[in-house]
Amino acid sequence: MPILEVKNLYKKFEKVDVLKGISFTLEKGQVLAIIGSSGSGKTTLLRCLNFLETADKGQIIVAGKTVFDSDSQKVLNEQELRQNRLHFGLVFQSFNLFPQYSVHKNITLAAELLEKERWKENKCSNEEKKTALSAISENADKLLAQVGLTDKRDSYPFELSGGQQQRAAIARALALSPDVLCFDEPTSALDPGLTGEVLKVIKNLKSSDRTMIVVTHEMEFAKNVADEIIFMSDGIIEVRGDAAHIFENSTNEKLNAFLLKPPEEM
Amino acid sequence: MSFMEVTLQLLDGFKTTLLIFGVTLVFALPFGLVITFGSMSKFTPLRWLTRTIVWIIRGTPLMLQIIVVFFGPGLILGMQAFPRLTAVLVAFVINYSAYFSEIYRGGIESIPQGQFEAGQVLGMKKPQIFFHVILLQVIKRIVPPMGNEIITLVKDTSLARVIAVTELVKAAQDIVGLKAIIWPIFYIGAFYLLFSGILTLIFGYVEKRLNYFRG
Repeated sequence: MPILEVKNLYKKFEKVDVLKGISFTLEKGQVLAIIGSSGSGKTTLLRCLNFLETADKGQIIVAGKTVFDSDSQKVLNEQELRQNRLHFGLVFQSFNLFPQYSVHKNITLAAELLEKERWKENKCSNEEKKTALSAISENADKLLAQVGLTDKRDSYPFELSGGQQQRAAIARALALSPDVLCFDEPTSALDPGLTGEVLKVIKNLKSSDRTMIVVTHEMEFAKNVADEIIFMSDGIIEVRGDAAHIFENSTNEKLNAFLLKPPEEM
Repeated sequence: MSFMEVTLQLLDGFKTTLLIFGVTLVFALPFGLVITFGSMSKFTPLRWLTRTIVWIIRGTPLMLQIIVVFFGPGLILGMQAFPRLTAVLVAFVINYSAYFSEIYRGGIESIPQGQFEAGQVLGMKKPQIFFHVILLQVIKRIVPPMGNEIITLVKDTSLARVIAVTELVKAAQDIVGLKAIIWPIFYIGAFYLLFSGILTLIFGYVEKRLNYFRG
């Protein structure tokens, strides 16, 4: 069973069709790269998956569970919407770290809030509470080590370089162990010299139980890290395939034209 | 009248000034936030209603509002609704809530959308996002305009004398009228200066405390 199934997703802003029937499946542990020109709908697709936008039509199914269905008459309450959201994580182009919290607190905040709500629902002893909070804290430290920011644990976001901020944001997105972790052009806001450290972290995250979708303009990264690549153009998936299929054997004219463009025009 | 006697009598008026100042802050600070939520509501009728009220409050003199709160109920219902001081407090709280609400709104709207979205994708509820992510950033941004408004409040308290509430200015005027000495009216300037000086120091301290982060 695929971890993620997207069926016939449509999204319109005002009068512009941004997504015109996107369907794909993703197996657990796979890395999917989405490439395409600006305005092709890549970011909107990620935002629909993360419920920052509501698709007009289509279905989203995670591990067999339908988390979005435009045909369903059922209106989700906030609790359900939240549960559905937690299947996905999103790393933003502009990091969006919380400036008033240390790096460590940025990572633990959401998990702590979830935990504290649980306490309200069922009584917990102080002992249990302490254990739960220290587990959250330890998990954050583990994630910080994973993204190589252990020494920045108590720094504030403004004290970090762009690359460090993005790595912290990745650790934050991982803290709630989403089924599918999405990256929205994670290196586009970075100086060229800083993209490497972030891409390396993403590459190292690849493991059998972590599924990732990366919207990117870094063709080398897509080629080397992604198991599969989707080329989007004008709101539809033009080509889907592995690196060899996309970069060497494609007969799709739009894709070939896109790949020939110099990077700054992408 | 000796300097000491004048000072004591003025201090009596100053107590009322402090009371108006304190009560207005205590109620208008949170009440302003409620108005902000109204004027930012996605429910259009509520938004328009709130914005109309804010327009009326900001569009008319506070002095007039004090008069309306004090005399209005008597004219309409034939009964006096509030004692003088209460009428002043009601008018001040309404007026300052409206001004504060606009400062809050400016602060909230200046926070990048990405901060709200980051909270959302981490599964936070709206109130959690507001209180744990947005609020402190808003406070940091609005300290200077709030400082301005609160110092204005110090001096606006003198409007209470329009319905014969003896605050600092009226206390001085009473002395001037009764004793035929003019200097007490100049002397009260020192009270206001001292008061706003202390407030300026407090705002400076708050700003400094919030300097530990940027954004």
